[in-house]
Amino acid sequence: MELTFLQILWFILIAVLWIGYLTLEGFGFGVGMLIPIVSKNDRERRLALGTIGPHWDGNEVFLLTAGGATFAAFPAWYATMFSGMYTALVLILLLLIIRICALEWRGKINTAKWRNTWDTLHTTVAWLATLVWGVAFGNLVQGMAIEVGHYENGVFKAADPNAVDAALKAGDNHFLTGGFFSLFTPFTVFSGLVFLAIFATHGALYMAIKTRGEFSVRNMELAKKLTLVTVAGAAIWGLWANFAYSANALSIIPLLVAALAFIAAAFFAQQNKDVAAFFASFTAIAFAVVFVFLTFGANALKSYVNEKYNLTLVQASATSPTQTIMTIAAVIFVPIVLGYTFWAYKSFAARMAVENVPEKPAGLGPQVRAFETAK
Amino acid sequence: MNVDLARWQFGITTVYHFLLVPLTIGLSPLVAVMQTRWLKSGDQRWLRLSEFFGKILLINFALGVATGIVQEFQFGMNWSQYSLFVGDIFGAPLAFEALLAFFLESVFLGVWIFGRGRVSPKAHTASIWLAALGTNISALFILAANSFMQHPVGAVFNPETGRAELDGMGGFLKVIFSPTTLYAFAHTITASLLVAGSLIAGISLWWLVRRMNAGDTAEATNYWKPAAHFGLVTMLVSSLLVIGTGHFMGQHVGEIQPTKMSAAMGIYEGGEAHPLGLALTSTELGPDSVITLPIPGLESFAATNHFSGPDSYIPGTKDLQEQFAKQFGAEVNGMPVNYIPNVFVSFYSFRIMMGLGFASFILSIVGLAAIKGDKLPTSKGLAKLFIWTIPFPYIASIFGWILTEMGRQPWVVYPIVAEMGVKDSNQMVKLLTENAVSPTVLSAEIVISMLAFTLLYAALGIVWFLLVKRYAKEGINTNADYEVKPVDLKAEPNATLSFNY
Repeated sequence: MELTFLQILWFILIAVLWIGYLTLEGFGFGVGMLIPIVSKNDRERRLALGTIGPHWDGNEVFLLTAGGATFAAFPAWYATMFSGMYTALVLILLLLIIRICALEWRGKINTAKWRNTWDTLHTTVAWLATLVWGVAFGNLVQGMAIEVGHYENGVFKAADPNAVDAALKAGDNHFLTGGFFSLFTPFTVFSGLVFLAIFATHGALYMAIKTRGEFSVRNMELAKKLTLVTVAGAAIWGLWANFAYSANALSIIPLLVAALAFIAAAFFAQQNKDVAAFFASFTAIAFAVVFVFLTFGANALKSYVNEKYNLTLVQASATSPTQTIMTIAAVIFVPIVLGYTFWAYKSFAARMAVENVPEKPAGLGPQVRAFETAK
Repeated sequence: MNVDLARWQFGITTVYHFLLVPLTIGLSPLVAVMQTRWLKSGDQRWLRLSEFFGKILLINFALGVATGIVQEFQFGMNWSQYSLFVGDIFGAPLAFEALLAFFLESVFLGVWIFGRGRVSPKAHTASIWLAALGTNISALFILAANSFMQHPVGAVFNPETGRAELDGMGGFLKVIFSPTTLYAFAHTITASLLVAGSLIAGISLWWLVRRMNAGDTAEATNYWKPAAHFGLVTMLVSSLLVIGTGHFMGQHVGEIQPTKMSAAMGIYEGGEAHPLGLALTSTELGPDSVITLPIPGLESFAATNHFSGPDSYIPGTKDLQEQFAKQFGAEVNGMPVNYIPNVFVSFYSFRIMMGLGFASFILSIVGLAAIKGDKLPTSKGLAKLFIWTIPFPYIASIFGWILTEMGRQPWVVYPIVAEMGVKDSNQMVKLLTENAVSPTVLSAEIVISMLAFTLLYAALGIVWFLLVKRYAKEGINTNADYEVKPVDLKAEPNATLSFNY
């Protein structure tokens, strides 16, 4: 069966949602990772948190939308990937839960111990979640132990690779049979490390453009060094990914754009052009996502066991009425969502200096307010 | 083995998530109402009340969002065969929820928390309304998805793929606006308002009594009496609506899921003019296992709107088991199938839910009587009563969901009863729970993740409770000289955020 227009469109839209998540939460994770490194005191930590405060929650919705869109447009992709990456996803979920609580509750009680606990958790989680996302995307590029078959009393029976279509018709499905530890290879672990470098750079640049004064300068100085690590790491990773794993000759194009954008980010950073450097980093991440999706498209999941076991988009696809309904919703609501998201960013566009952060932290003291009790 | 573990995990994470959701759904519009009252009248009391309850809303919102992500992912993780089977229909409401509701909720909540002084007071008030709208739209889509599991309209079975498919584009509207969805939506939203109203009434009455006993009649009169009145009226109206929507929803459920209703009613043998069952004498239903109230037809009325006569007939679990076994097979994979859900759980969760719903109605009247006219109550017993009963609608909501979800067992997608016998049962959209689970996932993986979720949820739940309690005890600082003035962003481009961690 041929790919339909709607299937291609939804593959692109899912990539766009991941671009939204990784470019926007990318700096959110970066800020979380760098807070103890770039801030000298609690007031600066609060300044750093304030740069992502109004936005991180909206940014995270890109992930939820990507999950929902994958479920709706390509159910088999969603089912195979999420059940196959079970333990990795559990880890991600636990980390994201802690991150949300750390961000929301940190300012609720005004004691140093309370703040430090949540800050430590926030930073740890930002490092770990970035690493796990990197490993996960490394797996998408590299391919996984995907096989077609069925389970009989808990034992997997693989179908003949040359008779996959008939097997699928008879009730077999795609499964990731490798288990949790199969997700770790030198390439996927290296992907995790590259993600760390990219997000840290992105976060430093973001803090630089959202603040003024010494704090901004300090972030820029850090970003100057980080961009070099990122360019080197991303270059090795991109070449490795493209020539060892890409199933698609076109993938070289976004790779080149991403490479140029990473270099531009480093170049602008050295010249202290923080806004230009941030948007170059933004563009680089966006095209890196395009690259990742092209390395495995038009499959949904690539098998390293046998390429006949690949889960193709056609096999993974929902029916056309479902994709049509979703398209109508996307055409109407994506511009609206982007519109008010942009408005929200604009409302908080003014750069903040540490003087704009009140000396007294938010939150209630450890003791309940003393009340006069007349009787 | 896996199916039991996966069910426990789904149950634990879902019930926990739903401890937080109703307060968010109910409290966000109520806080928006308070802030709007300030915006319209300039009355600073309502601004401070909106801030006070707004902080509790935010503490709650954090954990609600955090645990909500698990909900979306675990269909693929633990229930991959379910996701494959219904993905064509079930995924779309989840995607719609994120696109139409979550963005609205998250972006505007951010503006609301950080943006006072950065955006105009009107835009700031609109932000909380939009966030509240988001939470309520989100409820609609999630209930549509859930209702599809209860009553799979808008879908057809495709024998070629072995999966359920959307019945054309109109099928989607059938899913979103099915009667099952609309009953569930009306019942859930009113229950959520009851949860939030009870919290407002409870905290406000407690403060009202406390300030009266401390001799601070001014604060009691100016702040806590109007707040208590607001909460109690919300309780009164929403409890009546909860009971009303519940009554009609129950009858609908009786039609679409007879096994759930008969188990909840405790009816073993079908018949007319059933009296109300009060207690079970054993965990299994038998001919004489229910102790009933000697008023004839009360239970029949609840289920059918008729006290007696042929219209009051309710089928019994005995007949339904025979009927379902005949239709869908007495055995699956060599094991006999029990088509009747756990009777003990269904029977008592139904009664706990209804009992607590009525209790809320009575409480709201007690509370309104206590503050009627110029009365300013000083009874500590009253204050304690309203604090201790804040959890009532929570518990009712939780048992409502336990009944809804456990009552559909052994099905994950309950077949449409009206089509039974008409269609070849092999061609119906239906799925047994045991066939829905992910086969690749190891039992050990589920056990470890379940432990991790349970421990983390427990720890965060304790922090959540202590934070809410701490903020409730802090009250409103009525002495603070505080007025909201809009900041001119052009004159002061470096205006600080209204919340600074």
